[in-house]
Amino acid sequence: MTLSAFLFQALNGLSAASGLFFIAVGLSLIFGVTRIVNIAHGSLYMLGTYIAYSFATKIGGAIGFWGGIVATAILVGVFGALIEIVLLRRIYRSPELFQLLATFALVLVINDATLWIWGSEDLLGPRAPGLRDAVEVLDRRLPTYDLFLIVIGPAVLLVLHLGLARTRFGRLVRAATQDREMVGALGVNQAMLFTAVFALGSALAGLGGALQVAREPANLATDLVAIGDAFVVVVVGGMGSITGAYLAAVIIAEVKAICIAVGVVDFGYFTVNFSKLTLVAEFLVMAVVLIARPYGLLGRAQGQVRSIAEPEDPIRPATPALKMLAAVAFALLLGLPLLAQSSPYMLILGIDVLIAVLFATSLHFIMGPGGMHSFGHAAYFGLGAYGAALLVKWLAAPMGLALAAAPLVALAGALLFGWFAVRLSGVYLAMLTLAFAQIVWAAVFQWEYLTGGSNGVVGVWPTAPFDTRVSYYLLTLTLAAIGVLMLRRFLFAPFGYAMRAGRDSALRAEAIGIDVKRVHWLGFAIAGGVCGVAGGLFAFAKGSISPETIGVGRSIDGLVMVLLGGIQTLTGPIVGASVFATLQDTVMRQTEYWRALLGGIILLLVLAFPGGIVGALEKFFSRWKTAS
Amino acid sequence: MSAAMLAVENLSASYGAARILYDLSFEVGRGEVVALMGRNGAGKSTTIKTIMGLMAQRQGHVRFNGRDISGLKPFEIARLGLGFTPEDRRIFVDLTVMENLDIGRQPARSFADGTPAPSWSPEKLFALFPNLAEMPHRLGGRMSGGEQQMLAVARTLMGNPLLVLLDEPSEGVAPLIVEQMANTIVELKKEGLSILLSEQNVHFAQLVSDRVYMLEKGQIRWQGTMAQLTENVDVQRAYLTV
Repeated sequence: MTLSAFLFQALNGLSAASGLFFIAVGLSLIFGVTRIVNIAHGSLYMLGTYIAYSFATKIGGAIGFWGGIVATAILVGVFGALIEIVLLRRIYRSPELFQLLATFALVLVINDATLWIWGSEDLLGPRAPGLRDAVEVLDRRLPTYDLFLIVIGPAVLLVLHLGLARTRFGRLVRAATQDREMVGALGVNQAMLFTAVFALGSALAGLGGALQVAREPANLATDLVAIGDAFVVVVVGGMGSITGAYLAAVIIAEVKAICIAVGVVDFGYFTVNFSKLTLVAEFLVMAVVLIARPYGLLGRAQGQVRSIAEPEDPIRPATPALKMLAAVAFALLLGLPLLAQSSPYMLILGIDVLIAVLFATSLHFIMGPGGMHSFGHAAYFGLGAYGAALLVKWLAAPMGLALAAAPLVALAGALLFGWFAVRLSGVYLAMLTLAFAQIVWAAVFQWEYLTGGSNGVVGVWPTAPFDTRVSYYLLTLTLAAIGVLMLRRFLFAPFGYAMRAGRDSALRAEAIGIDVKRVHWLGFAIAGGVCGVAGGLFAFAKGSISPETIGVGRSIDGLVMVLLGGIQTLTGPIVGASVFATLQDTVMRQTEYWRALLGGIILLLVLAFPGGIVGALEKFFSRWKTAS
Repeated sequence: MSAAMLAVENLSASYGAARILYDLSFEVGRGEVVALMGRNGAGKSTTIKTIMGLMAQRQGHVRFNGRDISGLKPFEIARLGLGFTPEDRRIFVDLTVMENLDIGRQPARSFADGTPAPSWSPEKLFALFPNLAEMPHRLGGRMSGGEQQMLAVARTLMGNPLLVLLDEPSEGVAPLIVEQMANTIVELKKEGLSILLSEQNVHFAQLVSDRVYMLEKGQIRWQGTMAQLTENVDVQRAYLTV
């Protein structure tokens, strides 16, 4: 490859960097002040592209295009302000997890609303009036619009930087980023400040999306892709730092561009196609940065958010009554095949529910007692499922071996990713785990040769004696029961105490000799391994596995299950998973707009039952007890 | 109606299941400097935070400048002219001295009877705290503990308060600064400000306060004038000596 080709790719990288910067900077600003990670930020970006498309095509011309881009930014900003006022303002004092889930519910609702308004077809906007040509750069033709993007990123960075440095609003934003409660105690109305910051951040996302209208088609999958990119940029650049966001955007875009520029390289014995390794490169950049600077290039350790939330109740061992209840439930489940003779669907539902229980319980293990809010638990489900399925596909492994390998593959993945994840906490950890899950998903999707790409792996059926529905159901029931009991046993062992101690106060736990990171790392790995069993069971239950079954949606399903049941109890995830899986298999399959339905359910839950189903029941019973 | 600037009636506060304050009732008159005293953990800071609206679980009433402020949000309380300087100062470390002052800025205001309250500008505050005048563009994070303490008080004054809640102003600063801080409080009293401060240092309290409420385990155990406390060694020994 020539030097000029290399430099040309570097220019391309810069224009991509502007796009990444626009997605990430608003997210970073909003987080800095409100401490809310707005997962719907990618949706605002997507909306930007759609709205700008409508302006550019309905009004048309230079006014429709350029005026439309400005109008889009304003509209999306107003929309963001509305979200803040109507929804987020009610949950600033809720646990972090609830805020994340609420904004994810918005992702679902916005996605379906977009589908309803603009339809499912990709929509490509017109080329930019006035910037339709290309210029000769390094003997190649570079579209002038790309040149414009290269300039506009740093220009907006400069404006933002000056605004933050020189205006009272900017000073308030910087002060609130550090200590919003103190800003309030000095007489500043935080609600107004939060709304303003939310509007600004949303407008930036809308602007970023609108600017893409001339380059890429508006697409319904953009929201999650954009938020995944934004997370990586923000984690690398440092939360709350706008300069860090640009720096990280440039580094990541350049590394990707250079990977593409390098292309296929022959190393003599083997060849490597670097252009297929962009995701791996992104991961490596993030890994290197996080090892050297855990809070990103220009970020700093977040001070403990001063909150007046209630301390959490300790978890308790099962009472004799609960043990009885569990035994009865298990006996009933054992008897389900007898009941199901008339309706075979019962067993399919039973298997789905049991897999969901195993999945949710393993997630709860690290989320509740571990305090690590993983937003990427689907990664370990996927590793288990693909680990088992690929063994069958490529090595014709027997089912027993494939199922035994599932937790091992997931464990290995959890050990690798967990090593990075436990170095962070709170939302950083949530974002990093989500990014890891995106990487697993993308690797499966891109590595067509091995995994079958979007077609997935088919023909993964159980072998005798588990080839009947009843026997497979009983196998699932046995493994799920073992998994749940094992995780429970861990929690009431010294290991579990250490994990909870580390969650409640890392500093004090370390002072009494607990290696908090190691304990949390092991906890993360154990949960990953158990989750892998669920994945393996899933692959054999369905007979096939495809990338979409391990996407970010599954991670979120897990969170909803845990939240639905209530995070503070150990029975919570079991109840939550059962209810959720049943609802999913029965109600949600009935409608095309299941995302909006699910989003609505989550929003309702977050606003009405912050303690989840089991939490609400417990509260009810304790009130009932004190009353009698 | 009493002439009290701040009247606290049956104030209680809890954190989770733990009750921290029990039925506190006390007053601060206009132009008065009142000290809340007691050992670490007696509930002094919690009392101040509860008045400021920073504790979620609170019962009882707080009247300020003739208005019931219980249940208001911290920013609303601040906008009525109640200033708050926290014990850990909470200076914005990424902002300069001038910028920190700007965050605290509020319009001038008057007392309930219409007399104007003392109003403050950075220039006037720099005269009160000459150390700050030497470093208007220094970042908050690069200041010594004593300088931060002065900035915290100055920042509160930028809001032109009628009464200042001053949490442990003498804690963790050099003796020279402690003395300066005492002089400042006397100055502020002369300007007509009322002050409620929490303190465990008898010597410092003697320099500035008119009256004392003694806290132990979240309850008021003794109250009297500063002169009475100075004479009463038994009370000092019972509630202050470690």
